[in-house]
Amino acid sequence: MVDIVVNMLSMCIPFSVALLLASIGEMFNQRAGVFNLGCEGVMAMGAFIGMLIPFAAGGGGPVSQWYNFLGFAAAAAVGALLGLIFGVITVTFRAPQGIAGIGLQMFGVGAAGTLFRHFVGGTQSIPGIPDIDIPLLSKIPLIGDIFFSHNVMAYLAYLFIPVAMYILFKTPWGLRVRAAGTNPRAADSMGINVNRTRYEALMLGSALAGLAGAYLSIAQAKLFSDSLISGRGFIAVALVYFGHWHPLKVMGGALLFTFAQTFQTVVQSMGISFPYELAVMLPYVLVIVVLSFTSKDQRMAPTALGQPFNREIRT
Amino acid sequence: MTRGFRIAFRAAIILIAIVAAVVFASAILWLIGADASRTFYIICIEPLTKMLHISEVLIRAIPLCIIALGISAAYRSGIINIGAEGQMAMGLLAFTGVALAFPDLPRPLLLPLALIASMIGGGIWGYIPGILRAKLNVSELLSTVMLNYIAAQFYSLCLRTIFLDPNERIDGTGNPQSMRFTENVWLDRITGRLHYGIIIAIVLAVLIYVLLWKTTVGFRMRASGSGARAARYAGISVGFYAALSMAISGAFAGLAGGVELAGVHRRAIEGITNNYGFSGVVVALFGGLHPAGIIPASFFFGLMIYGATLAPSKVGVPANIVQVMQGIIIIVIVTAQMVLSNTYFQDRVWRRYQRIMKKEA
Repeated sequence: MVDIVVNMLSMCIPFSVALLLASIGEMFNQRAGVFNLGCEGVMAMGAFIGMLIPFAAGGGGPVSQWYNFLGFAAAAAVGALLGLIFGVITVTFRAPQGIAGIGLQMFGVGAAGTLFRHFVGGTQSIPGIPDIDIPLLSKIPLIGDIFFSHNVMAYLAYLFIPVAMYILFKTPWGLRVRAAGTNPRAADSMGINVNRTRYEALMLGSALAGLAGAYLSIAQAKLFSDSLISGRGFIAVALVYFGHWHPLKVMGGALLFTFAQTFQTVVQSMGISFPYELAVMLPYVLVIVVLSFTSKDQRMAPTALGQPFNREIRT
Repeated sequence: MTRGFRIAFRAAIILIAIVAAVVFASAILWLIGADASRTFYIICIEPLTKMLHISEVLIRAIPLCIIALGISAAYRSGIINIGAEGQMAMGLLAFTGVALAFPDLPRPLLLPLALIASMIGGGIWGYIPGILRAKLNVSELLSTVMLNYIAAQFYSLCLRTIFLDPNERIDGTGNPQSMRFTENVWLDRITGRLHYGIIIAIVLAVLIYVLLWKTTVGFRMRASGSGARAARYAGISVGFYAALSMAISGAFAGLAGGVELAGVHRRAIEGITNNYGFSGVVVALFGGLHPAGIIPASFFFGLMIYGATLAPSKVGVPANIVQVMQGIIIIVIVTAQMVLSNTYFQDRVWRRYQRIMKKEA
């Protein structure tokens, strides 16, 4: 029993990274006032590009670690590009964000599937990135397994949380982002270029979503398939609501949901007689339950969330 | 501003939108080294050349049309229903349950009963996000997507356990499927695989038109969609109509599943929903959220979905390309709508146009 619990807990941190990166990215988008439902599509494209580069370099065999990191970089770049496109649609043309996000999601998932079939073909696995045991710390019983023997991206992702908090709460740019999402008109009158800030936040957020996708394909599953993302992009959006737009609470949410997801892996690997489908359902049910309890309270929400800014119109 | 200029402006924007959509789709096709014009020909024209192809297109247009009608009703009430995929799956389950439980009832009784069951199944699945939105302010965009995944898992669970064909346990083809239904729940076929569901779709289109534009309930639904605040001051219970529209929308998606089972598959198998739920959103928007537009739009998208199944063998383009095109079409439609409704922009173009005309004069 202890084994199972330790096993689940030690899976939590590496498996939570994709959700964490995507939801921190989405948090930046929403703090700037843009509701990006296309996160799922951006993650799919990131996952595909991230997997393609090490696969093309090594043909599925072992490759230099640099190709893996090139994969991450390319995924972030593609994510930023999709964020830019979404910015043109929702910031410049002021299209309704919800439905445009669905369009981006369909485009991203479809394009990733199309390109994958052409460039890779069937299911191909890649070596991925190795786990690093931190000297000394990883030797501590239980705690070592749970916290200190993961891959380098997992550590970097968790180190990024204080960085994200610093960016959001302590830098001028972070202030501009929060102003653009809370009261764009006031921000505009203070000389902040609201649309430009939203573009920047969208590109940063989508780059993180792209990274999250690449993490899934390079570090976690070590392959790409159509069902790789399976709603993680949408869960990431829900986590931002759950986490009240604060990086630390978002992180807590990501860990909680990953814990629910590891249940499915445990059912599969331990041979517990429990319908597999019900275990897969669990995180999705949890999202609905959690949203039901937290959505009523909108005090922390960026007040201009989902509203395009138009300085030519009186409100 | 002259009338001629307004028409020319609208036409120009729509033309630019179409060109933009084609350019973006071509870019993806160029990436995979496919011949873009030939691919468009295979997807959009080739299926129209044979009667057999046309009936296959219509088969795909039927569920699209029914789902899109429901989605348009919800959209007009201010709710974006992207959960039709899950609602359809629940409709399939309810239909299968009734069809397997009472195989020997006479057809005039069993077929309507099963279809109503599929509506109830889908309707409940649509009502959940509706009521969550109305009472607890849960974003319907997120809850419907989650319910899609839940329904998909629940569907395969049921297919693998309670609905599993007893012969399957012995032969074991590996694909979970239910027993073939008795003829008492079949919808008759007109020609080939084309079934009378097409009549149901057209009748439903008329019904939705009457509901939305000729009844008080429909007026209140549209009022809460176009201005929730104003509607509330007018004494309309916006939450109630939001939940009601979601239940209607879900019932339509469920019925689409039932019709699909009764007309085409006649047994529950994996993959019946076939992304129709998401395509339905595109069809509803493309048809201008009006039944008169949705019927031709569903034919067009049925054409694309069927054409895309021909693409892998004829031009070596994966069938996923249809999803890419649908994504592009949604984005282009909503963007073009915003540009068209932007009177400031129209004014600016008009002034520049006048300046150019003066210079030339």
